[in-house]
Amino acid sequence: MISILTLVGLGVASALVLYMASKKFQVFEDPRIDQVEEVLPKSNCGGCGFPGCRAFAEALVKSDDISDLKCPVGGSATMTKVSEILGKAVADVKPQLAVVRCNGSCEHRPKLNIYDGAMSCTVAAALYGGETGCSYGCLGCGDCVVACKFDAMYMDEATGLPVVIEENCVACGKCVEACPKNIIELRNVGPKSRRIFVSCVNKDKGAVAKKACAVACIGCSKCFKVCPHEAITMADNLAYIDDDKCKLCRKCVEECPTFSIHELNFPPRKKKVEEEAVAEA
Amino acid sequence: MEKLIVSPSPHTHSGDSVKKNMYGVIFALIPALVASFWFFGLGAAIVTLTSVAGCLLFEHLIQVYLLKKPTSIGDGSAIITGLLLAMNLPSNFPIALIIIGAAVAIGIGKMSFGGLGQNPFNPALVGRVFLLISFPVQMTSWPLPIVSRTSYIDAATGATPLSIIKEGLKGGTPLKDLMAELPSYGDMFMGAMGGSFGEVAAIALLMGFVYMLARKIITWHIPVSIIATVFIFSWILNISNPERFAPPMFHILTGGLLLGAIFMATDYVSSPMAVKGMWIYGVAIGVLTVLIRTFGSYPEGVSFAILIMNCFTPLINKYVKPKRFGEKPAVQKA
Amino acid sequence: MLKTFSLGGIHPEENKLTADRAIEVLPVPPVVMVPVTQHIGAPAKVEVKKGDKVKVGQVIARAGGMVSANVHSPVSGTVNKIDDIVDASGYRRTAVIIDTEGDEWEDGIDRSTTIKKEITASPEEIVTGIAEAGIVGLGGATFPSHVKLTPPPGRKCEVLIINGVECEPYLTSDHRLMLEKGEEIIIGIQILMRALNVNKAIIGIENNKPDAIRHMQELCNGNKGISVQPLKVKYPQGGEKQLIDACIGRQVPSGKLPIEVGAVVHNVGTAFAVYEAIQKNKPLVERVVTVTGKSVAKPGNFLCRIGTPISVLIEAAGGLPEDTGKIISGGPMMGKALTSTDIPVVKGSSGILLIPQEIASRPKYQACIRCAKCVSACSMGLSPYLLMTMSEKAMWEEAEEEKVLDCIECGSCSYICPAGRPLLDYIRLGKNKVGQLVRKRTAQVQKN
Repeated sequence: MISILTLVGLGVASALVLYMASKKFQVFEDPRIDQVEEVLPKSNCGGCGFPGCRAFAEALVKSDDISDLKCPVGGSATMTKVSEILGKAVADVKPQLAVVRCNGSCEHRPKLNIYDGAMSCTVAAALYGGETGCSYGCLGCGDCVVACKFDAMYMDEATGLPVVIEENCVACGKCVEACPKNIIELRNVGPKSRRIFVSCVNKDKGAVAKKACAVACIGCSKCFKVCPHEAITMADNLAYIDDDKCKLCRKCVEECPTFSIHELNFPPRKKKVEEEAVAEA
Repeated sequence: MEKLIVSPSPHTHSGDSVKKNMYGVIFALIPALVASFWFFGLGAAIVTLTSVAGCLLFEHLIQVYLLKKPTSIGDGSAIITGLLLAMNLPSNFPIALIIIGAAVAIGIGKMSFGGLGQNPFNPALVGRVFLLISFPVQMTSWPLPIVSRTSYIDAATGATPLSIIKEGLKGGTPLKDLMAELPSYGDMFMGAMGGSFGEVAAIALLMGFVYMLARKIITWHIPVSIIATVFIFSWILNISNPERFAPPMFHILTGGLLLGAIFMATDYVSSPMAVKGMWIYGVAIGVLTVLIRTFGSYPEGVSFAILIMNCFTPLINKYVKPKRFGEKPAVQKA
Repeated sequence: MLKTFSLGGIHPEENKLTADRAIEVLPVPPVVMVPVTQHIGAPAKVEVKKGDKVKVGQVIARAGGMVSANVHSPVSGTVNKIDDIVDASGYRRTAVIIDTEGDEWEDGIDRSTTIKKEITASPEEIVTGIAEAGIVGLGGATFPSHVKLTPPPGRKCEVLIINGVECEPYLTSDHRLMLEKGEEIIIGIQILMRALNVNKAIIGIENNKPDAIRHMQELCNGNKGISVQPLKVKYPQGGEKQLIDACIGRQVPSGKLPIEVGAVVHNVGTAFAVYEAIQKNKPLVERVVTVTGKSVAKPGNFLCRIGTPISVLIEAAGGLPEDTGKIISGGPMMGKALTSTDIPVVKGSSGILLIPQEIASRPKYQACIRCAKCVSACSMGLSPYLLMTMSEKAMWEEAEEEKVLDCIECGSCSYICPAGRPLLDYIRLGKNKVGQLVRKRTAQVQKN
């Protein structure tokens, strides 16, 4: 009997202590933070620049001007909902996807030595220029694949290059950060998911670049001259296509002598050009 | 000529490997094994073989079929767990129970944490303590040395020196009379006493210790700190009350102290990394062992002491860091 | 009991295959490629252009700042072009490529071998002379030497320590230099002592070079101030901090320079170059390089001009062995693996090591078994197993607290690890990232 009473008494006393503590130490939180967090995708990917969706929700509630904050995963739909809850203006989020700007596969870019260090691109990049003659290109150790938390990247064994799975990519930017060579870029998805980009980041002189990789950009400027929308800039022997100005006319793709400009998700063209490419490479 | 290989420095390696270290420990256990076969004969052989086979089997099965990785039994750590587990058991321990012990030691004590390198507890001790608590009768019937050489399950049993003292003191017999019943220190040193067959021959265990030190498999800090602490602490107790507390040499030579200090506490994965940490670990194990032996209800305290300190190893590793270069004040010697 | 440093250390096989080979002077190569950045610090600015005629010892690139060094032409001839070539770093860097014609030296350079004992230059003249001659740390660190000779205000040098340790396996260029040019080295040391205004110098030499110890001790006899300290053989004794600890028992505090404990360290090769610069007016245009390896036909120590392609050196050593797996510039512990033999010799090239295929690949690595061998091997008292895990998980703040920046990249941890873990690869990565974070933080603080 006594033991029952003692234990019950202990239980009641602990409950009282817990109740008082929860009341005394309660932290007041703006209820809007919970509301905003509800509409966020809760993937905690850090693409917004904050450590997790909760922290992003707090930032959204506490800042006066949120026009430069965005959630890449939720996109415009999510930001519109946030704007409705908080009554603050939000900017339009352009849908984007990660793009790997290197086509230096095992076929196009022969290996000159064997890398035997730790399997990390950052370690390899700190050591030397890589297994090939192109010291700017993809090292193939897969840091980007490891960084992706959305299963949107995998290493193609045949080419030695990473591949982006477009359906899963939410443009959080983790792979861009992970790549020590700045090969991966977030580019606009484009109408009907069509994109054109220069698949090369080699800044060596044309002859040197071509010797190392058959599909390198040699900086010949033919694309620059033929572009009717002034979307291409040349710098350091390398062409770059501005995806805001590009109107997807594909003139540069036809003009490029090394086939280093790529077009994604377009209908197949006349086969002649592709066959020439295969024969040359 | 083949393509050149490029990697970051260093471009050479000592040639040391996990296998070499593990097989070194097995080699160091051979004197103790030989001693155990000499004193406990058939029983020791059966228990050892079953334990080793069981550990190898379970590690292989879990690694290949559950974890879906290539088998890891080649590195020798499962053999060591098997040997150490066996050495902690009485030589008349039934086969079925040994298999259970092996399953617990490998399955729970090692593989459930991720395999070699991840286990916080010494796997052999996990197995042993599990068996002690689950099957106390079988775990505390100790065959007598020499006479039980040719028998197994039906070996003649008797009390170990530690339990003689424990039970005797509880029963009120003065310490001096109890000590007279025990084998001499010389006999204990050579191994002629009751107990689990691995812990008896002090000289064989010490030979193993010297071998491991020479091969640089372990450092001296943990075993020395444990043994020294036990010696000093039990000596202090003995001086304060010689009627109640046994002398230090007794504590050193009986029970699993030497086996535990040399082979179990020095398990790489469950012991601290910094020298200062190793001293703290060793002293604490020594103190706990003597406390459990003299004030606790179990006659033997080493296994519990080691397991308790295994819990503290991550904490020790976090807060006790090795001596850094540049921390000591500059000495004016030039 | 021989002295040595107090923490950690390992004992790799010494393999000093070329310890008995006298220095062989190589003929001037037909083409040299001279990188303009062969030192730590700001790159040098090129002063010549295509078609210029140059003489040996002429400045072809001038120091680009306080912590920088001049680069001199090692041959006489015509500048072929200024181009980006792949150098030992694996990346393309600017280099001056010269086609050799004859061997004409700049006026004023004394090429005789008579030993000039009297030192007439003042301390300031010595420091300027060393800077002019483009001398950098020839042990491999390539830190501009004149910067070490000007201690910051408030710090005084008490002892000059000369590094004759050569703890890397295989390398013997310093050993041969001490045996063959000992007198010149002693004079070089005296010059350095004068520049630093100290009257005490210690030459640290490891016990595996008893002939060098004896020879240098004989030369020091009668010279108060310079003494030889034989040291127990242990790697990495040649590391600056470890050498100071071994010779005078003082440990340089974390993040500070040796001058903090009153010491300045220079390599014996640097001391020799100082002698040539101050007494003979000769800038740094050549150095001794050891070419060695188990399969090399005629391993040896070669005196060659800076900018010589490594292929020339390998030819002199009997040609590239068929079974070569790796070509290392430097020693096996800290050297850099090269991608081809077209790479030139630079000021910091102490040796070329050719490793056979069978022992060139790394073993596959396993999970850490917590054996703590890396902790006992680390000569800076760090925990390599922990630093690797922190780097793998990008825990940069924690790595900074664990003093990852103290690592001297000696490689003892990777060497000793039984699980074959690439500890140093990840620790280096950690150092890079944490260094960037610290720089960003100090820049931020300065802005505020």
